[in-house]
Amino acid sequence: MNILSLFDIAVLDGTIRLAVPLLLACLAGLFSERAGIFDIGLEGKMLAAAFLAGAFAAVSGSVWVGLLAAIAGSLVLSVVHGLASITFRGNQLISGVAINFFAAGITVVIAQSWFAQGGRTPQLSGGARFEPWVFPGALTKIREIAQANFPMRVYSELLSGHTTITYIAFLAVPLTWWILFRTRFGLRLRAVGENPAAVDTAGISVVRLRYSAVLICGILCGIAGAYLSTSLQAGFTKDMTAGRGYIALAALIFAKWRPWYALGATLLFGYLQALALRPDILEKAFGVRVQVQLLDALPYILTVVILAGFVGKAIPPRAGGEPYVKER
Amino acid sequence: MERMPKWADIVLVPLVSLILAAILSALVILAIGENPWTALKLMVNGALGSTYAWGYTLYYATNFIFTGLAVSVAFHARMFNIGGEGQAMLGGLGVALVCLYIPWPHWTLALIGSAVGAALFGAAWALIPAYLQAKRGSHIVITTIMFNFIAAALLNFLLIGPIKAEGMMEPATAKFPEATYLPNLSEVLGAVGIPFSHTSPANVAFLVAVAACFAVWALIWKTRLGYAIRAFGKSEPAAKYAGINPTKIIVVSMLISGGLAGMMAVNNVLGEAERLVLNAVEGAGFIGIAVALMGRNHPFGVFLAAILFGFLYQGGAELSLWTSIPREMVIVIQALVILFTGALDDMVRAPIERAFMAFRRGQA
Repeated sequence: MNILSLFDIAVLDGTIRLAVPLLLACLAGLFSERAGIFDIGLEGKMLAAAFLAGAFAAVSGSVWVGLLAAIAGSLVLSVVHGLASITFRGNQLISGVAINFFAAGITVVIAQSWFAQGGRTPQLSGGARFEPWVFPGALTKIREIAQANFPMRVYSELLSGHTTITYIAFLAVPLTWWILFRTRFGLRLRAVGENPAAVDTAGISVVRLRYSAVLICGILCGIAGAYLSTSLQAGFTKDMTAGRGYIALAALIFAKWRPWYALGATLLFGYLQALALRPDILEKAFGVRVQVQLLDALPYILTVVILAGFVGKAIPPRAGGEPYVKER
Repeated sequence: MERMPKWADIVLVPLVSLILAAILSALVILAIGENPWTALKLMVNGALGSTYAWGYTLYYATNFIFTGLAVSVAFHARMFNIGGEGQAMLGGLGVALVCLYIPWPHWTLALIGSAVGAALFGAAWALIPAYLQAKRGSHIVITTIMFNFIAAALLNFLLIGPIKAEGMMEPATAKFPEATYLPNLSEVLGAVGIPFSHTSPANVAFLVAVAACFAVWALIWKTRLGYAIRAFGKSEPAAKYAGINPTKIIVVSMLISGGLAGMMAVNNVLGEAERLVLNAVEGAGFIGIAVALMGRNHPFGVFLAAILFGFLYQGGAELSLWTSIPREMVIVIQALVILFTGALDDMVRAPIERAFMAFRRGQA
């Protein structure tokens, strides 16, 4: 038994890699839900973005073209969600469900038609993927890292060696906090999620604020999707989001709709995902075999427990899910 | 306020939504270089062209009737049960346990036993989200989504371990005993002299689904409980004032909803596979959402919408056989139907309403 092996550097590295898409999607949901628009379409937007990034990077050979296509595609779906839930005052949950299905279907249909590889995009290499950044003095060879001392391993494997999007994701946390809690736009955005009538009375457009929140959500989902197909993997595969959009939603509740907590929650869920890939680590740590399925289910179980309010209550924005009608 | 006639609300609005979804789907098919008209002909032929094709269409429709009814019962109490998928998975587990561990003498008894098992397991899976919604105010949509994933992990665990058939590589239970096999629809129809394909998977469970439609109709519109559910769905404060207990309505309607979703397993697990396999539900729980929206939450509408989706499902399978259009095209159509009938309802409805008003003013 060796509890310390739970903090194996390789697992922590995996945690960061797996937490990045969750973190970006979680922050995306945070903007949207703080403005009063529920979004269970995070999954679909990420999936569509992952496909577009993979497809456009493969065709153009440039990952940046892929990233732009991903963001554009995700924004289109955001606009649909905005139309449904802001302009036509439809049911936001149903709109999200529709977007998820649409993305799940259309990505495979188009991938099959463009590349005829059974719903995947070609393998990406070279400039079509995000290259890892290597910090000055960091080790890159696996054997060298394994033999290095502890601070060097942390520096080389945890801090250095990630792709651009990873650093963007972690910078997005303080940025989100700053926008939401230190700018006028953020104050209004939070207000519109709590009491849109008050914002309206102050002469600020509820519709415009909510659209901007939904569009920010789209951009972040686009980056998250691009990360999946151009950083984490080399190309798009069918259903590659694998429920990450829902885990991000769970993390958002876990984080009580706060940016720094979102970082913690997504790192926790990323850690669980990383552990699920390494059952041997758990066996080493506890001396018993832990079912992988239990680890898979743990984020969801934790979210239900949090939702049940037994461990600190999670209170969503008050006007969440309600279309705003100007005159009552 | 003036309103448009009821038939327009029930028939015209869903129809226009469907046409919009069809047009967009046709555009997608055009965009990937296939001919939508040929595709439609292939689908009609493959899903309705023979009794064999009908057998598949009705088999899928049976699944969707159960999940569609499940979603619509919850909708009547103004709850969105996205958990049909997980509840149907658990229903499958219920059927498997009932059929593997109880020696049934005859299929009729096995059918009743399985239906009860499926409904109980499905309902049990809806119980915790329902209780949390009623007592702790946890949002039912989020909890039922979470329970879908937990159900998937649970079945994953059970099917590669405790209830896996011995000596098999595949994650599935053993075949059920032969006494539990349900008669095919061909045997039922053959008894009254109608020839029907012997090899298609449609079975007696279809009749159970039709019976479930009647039962749900009677429940919602002919009983005190149904009245309470509808009253609660229309206005919670008014229902409370009328002495209706919200906790009870939330929990009971979710139990019924979960039970109905679970009963889908009578068709796909007992009627078709005759054992429990991994991923037996195949998204039918989610299609229930589209079916309920399209059917306007009325059992008859759900029935028709389920047949429509059965047609799409079977037709889509045929398409992927004969053209380069993959099966996932059906998911796109399903998404568009949900989008137009559910989320963009106002966009479709408002112009129709205006047209009716203009027409009336013209007449007066």
